[in-house]
Amino acid sequence: MSLLEVSNLKVRFETADGIVNAVNNVNFSVEEGKILAIVGESGSGKSQTVFAMTGLLDHNGSATGSVKFEGEEILNLTNKKLNKIRAEKIAMIFQDPMTSLNPYVRVSNQMTEVLMHHQGLSKSDALRQSISMLDAVKIPDASNRIGMYPHEFSGGMRQRVMIAISLLCKPKLLIADEPTTALDVTVQAQIMQLLAELQKDFGMSIILISHDLGVVAGNSDDMLVMYGGEIMEIGKTESLYVKPTHPYTQGLMSAVPRLNDSEKRLVTIPGNPPNMMKPSEGCPFSPRCSYSNDKCSNVSPILSNVNNDDHFRACHVEIERIA
Amino acid sequence: MSEQTILEVENLKVNFDVSSEGDMPWTKPKKLQAVNDISFTLNAGETLGIVGESGCGKSTLARAIVKMVPAESGKVLWLGNDLLSLSDSETRPYRKQIQMIFQDPLASLNPRMNIGEIIAEPLRTHYPKTSETDIKARVSDVMNKVGLLDNLVNRYPHEFSGGQCQRIGIARALILKPKLIICDEPVSALDVSIQAQVVNLLMDLQEEMELALIFIAHDLSVVKHISTKIMVLYLGNMVELANSNDIYQNPSHPYTQALISAVPIPDPNIEKNKELILIEGDLPSPINPPSGCVFRTRCHKVQDICSEEKPEFIESSKRHNVACHFHD
Repeated sequence: MSLLEVSNLKVRFETADGIVNAVNNVNFSVEEGKILAIVGESGSGKSQTVFAMTGLLDHNGSATGSVKFEGEEILNLTNKKLNKIRAEKIAMIFQDPMTSLNPYVRVSNQMTEVLMHHQGLSKSDALRQSISMLDAVKIPDASNRIGMYPHEFSGGMRQRVMIAISLLCKPKLLIADEPTTALDVTVQAQIMQLLAELQKDFGMSIILISHDLGVVAGNSDDMLVMYGGEIMEIGKTESLYVKPTHPYTQGLMSAVPRLNDSEKRLVTIPGNPPNMMKPSEGCPFSPRCSYSNDKCSNVSPILSNVNNDDHFRACHVEIERIA
Repeated sequence: MSEQTILEVENLKVNFDVSSEGDMPWTKPKKLQAVNDISFTLNAGETLGIVGESGCGKSTLARAIVKMVPAESGKVLWLGNDLLSLSDSETRPYRKQIQMIFQDPLASLNPRMNIGEIIAEPLRTHYPKTSETDIKARVSDVMNKVGLLDNLVNRYPHEFSGGQCQRIGIARALILKPKLIICDEPVSALDVSIQAQVVNLLMDLQEEMELALIFIAHDLSVVKHISTKIMVLYLGNMVELANSNDIYQNPSHPYTQALISAVPIPDPNIEKNKELILIEGDLPSPINPPSGCVFRTRCHKVQDICSEEKPEFIESSKRHNVACHFHD
């Protein structure tokens, strides 16, 4: 049994201008001890997918479908029940560490609060555990720095504090929503290495949301590519990089400038991201796809198996033509 | 491409005054050295890439060149004229030759002007006598150049996507037919597929109009892609300056080496077996920079001499300059 199983997840938002279908029929699962990367451009629905899972959608959003965590349905639970699961079983870190930490509260209180609330520890036990967790995320001089306010830490250190807080209750699943996007490359490398080490030590699973194909390449087992709220391709990270079978994945891979490549012109994907207010009939990528035909703009493709491994794609075009 | 030098920066220094909390009114503010002793030259049609971590002075350097922040000392020679010694009104004729593009495409456009007005504004400012028909023709001309349909002139910025807004910003910079465009993180706010479109557009325009570019970004792969030469900044100091391919193949400064090794490569086979040179810790405070070499607090090659003596910026090999006592 997979740790997390998402089936037919749909997320829609009711806005003043109409209904936005942010996520459409998303199916995937996360295995224990594995890292799943969700890749996509802004507006592709990658964040809303995990927000729906953890009950963090905005008030005008609603989710349907099924999300099973350790075999139990967790979608649309009451907040009380979700609070038990969040932090203790599923923890989350966000893109901007400064906005996720409370600027008025010392780091020590933000950390001990979690342990005292969820595990009923005494203040001094909670403090001791918090300090050792800050040690684990390699914050130097943890016993002194824990008394500081978030603004006294640098961006990279704040993200470490966030990671420490999220790991306090030893969650089974960590959702990292663009954890390094706001950081410099050198700091990004430190944080990603730290996450990889912690994942091994704690034996947890990670859902890594990112738009950076470089970060995903080095830090994930499986990979999921989203566009316009739908899954385009899903499979082992290696096989997706070696042989992308969806035109969008392919376009994305070749649009990234690479350090080890001296090609002067970048390959682009023409056109602009889709307008989620006006969902297309067929494949959401068809208006920008160079292989697109009549069928693509009328019939929505379903995820189907490529070869015999765990590699799936949603595309009408024959694989042989995409190479 | 011509080899004419259009921009020469000599020993440019920018300091900011910082008063700490609780200072008395008569306490002298501390000096923050944002840009320290930077010199380089730029030829027509060339691209200089500037990379470094946030807070290293990339944007301040760009702003000091166009006098958006006052420089402490040094020279900015534009076609032989020192811009820093000129008064504001004397600088004005040169301003139309140097234009800027900014990071946040939407924030740099006035939300209450339609894009026709936005693009035409520099033209109206610098050539107030231009006739309306001329302005219209010029606007639709640059819009076509940057890949926007000219029937969109009456729309407002919020109606466009990020990539299109950046194209509007580029059109506004191009309408004066500048010789140099300073791009301050022009693609960091854009998605990968849109980023590639904008980078290609800039390179096409550069070729077509013989533009020189100063391209600031923190994404090293993009910078390498577009630049002819690259400057690496650390805490306001130049640490390395070389041709773009050269700097990636033979980085000589330990900081450049670490920076390049930290860039993730979109290939799982390379990425999972890569040896990382990790830099420990964070950027030191620029108010109180380390003595000697500024990078010594995080450098893996550090020795005693590094704290005593500031390494000079020397030519280590042909056209490859580096500031390190122990460069490769």
